[in-house]
Amino acid sequence: MREIAVVAFTQSHHSGEDLGLAEIEMLAPVITGIKEKTGLKQFGFTCSGSCDYLAGAPFSFVSALDAVGAWPPISESHVEMDAAWALYEAWVKLLHGEIDTALVYGFGKSSQGELRTILTQQLDPYHLAPLGIDQVSLAALQARAYMERSGAKEDDLRAVAARSRASGRDNPFALHLPEPGDGDDGGYDVAPLHPYDVAPITDGAAAIVLAAGDKARELCERPAWITGIDHRTEAHAPGVRDLTRSDATRIAGEKAGAAGVEVAELHAQFSHEELILREALGLGDDVTVNPSGGALSANPMMAAGLIRIGEAAARIHDGTASRALGHASSGPCLQQNLVCVLSGEANE
Amino acid sequence: MPSNTGPSNTGPNHVLEFPGGYTRSVGPVIGRFLSDLRDGRLVGVRTADGRVLVPPSEYDPDTGEDVTDEFVEVGPVGTVTTWSWVPRPAKEHPLDRPFAWALIRPDGADTALLHALDLGVFEEGADPPKFLKTGMRVRPRWRAERTGGIGDIECFLPEVTLINAPTRLEYSLKGGQALGRFLEGISQGKILGHRCPVCEQVIVPMKGLCPRDGVPTTEEVELPDTGTVTTFAVNNIPDPRAPEVPFVSGYVLLDGAGLTMLTLVAGVPADQVRMGMRVKAAWRPREEWERSMGNIKWFEPIDEPDVPFEEIKDFM
Repeated sequence: MREIAVVAFTQSHHSGEDLGLAEIEMLAPVITGIKEKTGLKQFGFTCSGSCDYLAGAPFSFVSALDAVGAWPPISESHVEMDAAWALYEAWVKLLHGEIDTALVYGFGKSSQGELRTILTQQLDPYHLAPLGIDQVSLAALQARAYMERSGAKEDDLRAVAARSRASGRDNPFALHLPEPGDGDDGGYDVAPLHPYDVAPITDGAAAIVLAAGDKARELCERPAWITGIDHRTEAHAPGVRDLTRSDATRIAGEKAGAAGVEVAELHAQFSHEELILREALGLGDDVTVNPSGGALSANPMMAAGLIRIGEAAARIHDGTASRALGHASSGPCLQQNLVCVLSGEANE
Repeated sequence: MPSNTGPSNTGPNHVLEFPGGYTRSVGPVIGRFLSDLRDGRLVGVRTADGRVLVPPSEYDPDTGEDVTDEFVEVGPVGTVTTWSWVPRPAKEHPLDRPFAWALIRPDGADTALLHALDLGVFEEGADPPKFLKTGMRVRPRWRAERTGGIGDIECFLPEVTLINAPTRLEYSLKGGQALGRFLEGISQGKILGHRCPVCEQVIVPMKGLCPRDGVPTTEEVELPDTGTVTTFAVNNIPDPRAPEVPFVSGYVLLDGAGLTMLTLVAGVPADQVRMGMRVKAAWRPREEWERSMGNIKWFEPIDEPDVPFEEIKDFM
């Protein structure tokens, strides 16, 4: 199989409030930055992940292409998903062998609307969406189920949030959030979740360049080789799932070869999700989880999963890890999960 | 889809809406479920391996195989399998006061249905009530006017586990002559008792006989309105006579009396009331006095040393 690596990663300085930038104004510096980093002006393939509902405008992803420079026409695709799935599409395209480089990017401005209500629109339109149930209420159902099965307490969730926020304060790109409980009344958002258990509303963008074989070695001193990548989905209806576990993540992790990673960047948008994901991936205490602060410190929709792969790759690039894992999730209650395992050594 | 991209501080300047709502075909399986909902019934569909899916889907989520064409009536009672609690409902939510979301497995079904669970009236921001638990038994509250949608169930309600029975009986009581004389004293700000001719203890309020010796009593004695708390209880159920919750009811042994009176003890935090504490009656203003023990609101501490236990141990 063709050797494919993450050779560059850039992201915006994410913001917890609307800075008055249009999406393309938020995205353009990230694209410019990754072109400068790689010295590439054109890519064999470009693939993006975004969600038109965030801006409330159909085909808003098309106008974002202006940031890439799409004329004369380029080979391009888009997924209405987190850009981690755009990366998957680009990886498949590179496997075909016709191109050597691919640009992947994702962006989202959640500050423009009511994110938790917007996400109601992704639900089953017959049984769920008409009830008006929102993203956080659904996550809280999973948190309750997980806590009752595992014995985890609210303090265990709070510890995840505290560690994530502390790491996030060391990450120049993340939001710098206070210790859990500072400045709030100690009440619930949707019980059993407290406000700090819920990823913050975030505007931001990120980009990754993938390259194959010698092109990757040419572009990057220490490429982060994708040694395994897989994505799986749970059953559609929350009422038929075992919400206390993430089998989709477990299977994706097994297929991608997650065992033995030193660092894991998990796309946990709620504190309890990290605990479910750790269990599904079999991560022990010796694995460093979310050194970037994770989505609990910055959660630009449609980019936050790609950022997990980018942050994991960055640990390979800078030599602090030899095997790292990036995880992305989409849909309610960890509905769909992608696991990407990266290594300083390409597969034999 | 009108849009105005200028700055706005007064709500949205852009709305994404499908006028009149979006029409969807539901197909025969979901259509059957929704039609039964309109009739006030919950149905599931049986899979090839015998499980019952509620809400039904066209396929078995485990195998992807077609389900059978057998529909099964389930519930309407079901069991909560997990829940979340919304202390501050959003405008899109089905209730405008704190409520729970729950996954509910109807009796006879193998999967769970998501819906709102109404647990009664709570103030905005309230924590989840203690009785909200996984395993709780609930049933739907149907709308009177049903249209064939998941909202035909307004919400779920807990099964009835308690009733609240009104209790009220009306009387015209006369307290008897001795008590009448006692209240006459109270109406003048005096606490009267009788001295027993046999044991010489003062009985207050007097009953016209000595409960110890069983002999009539007639000798009136006026007692001071000071005394000693011999024992007490802290009450957490509100009472219209008490100033607040928690309040303290106690036995007070009036100075010179041979038995205790049951009264309220106030003017001191409940956790600072002591056996042996010295107290004095707190009278209502004179203009409010009636022939009623209500003239004494309660007993309040006075600045005197506590009475040793030995001296009150026979008056509990």
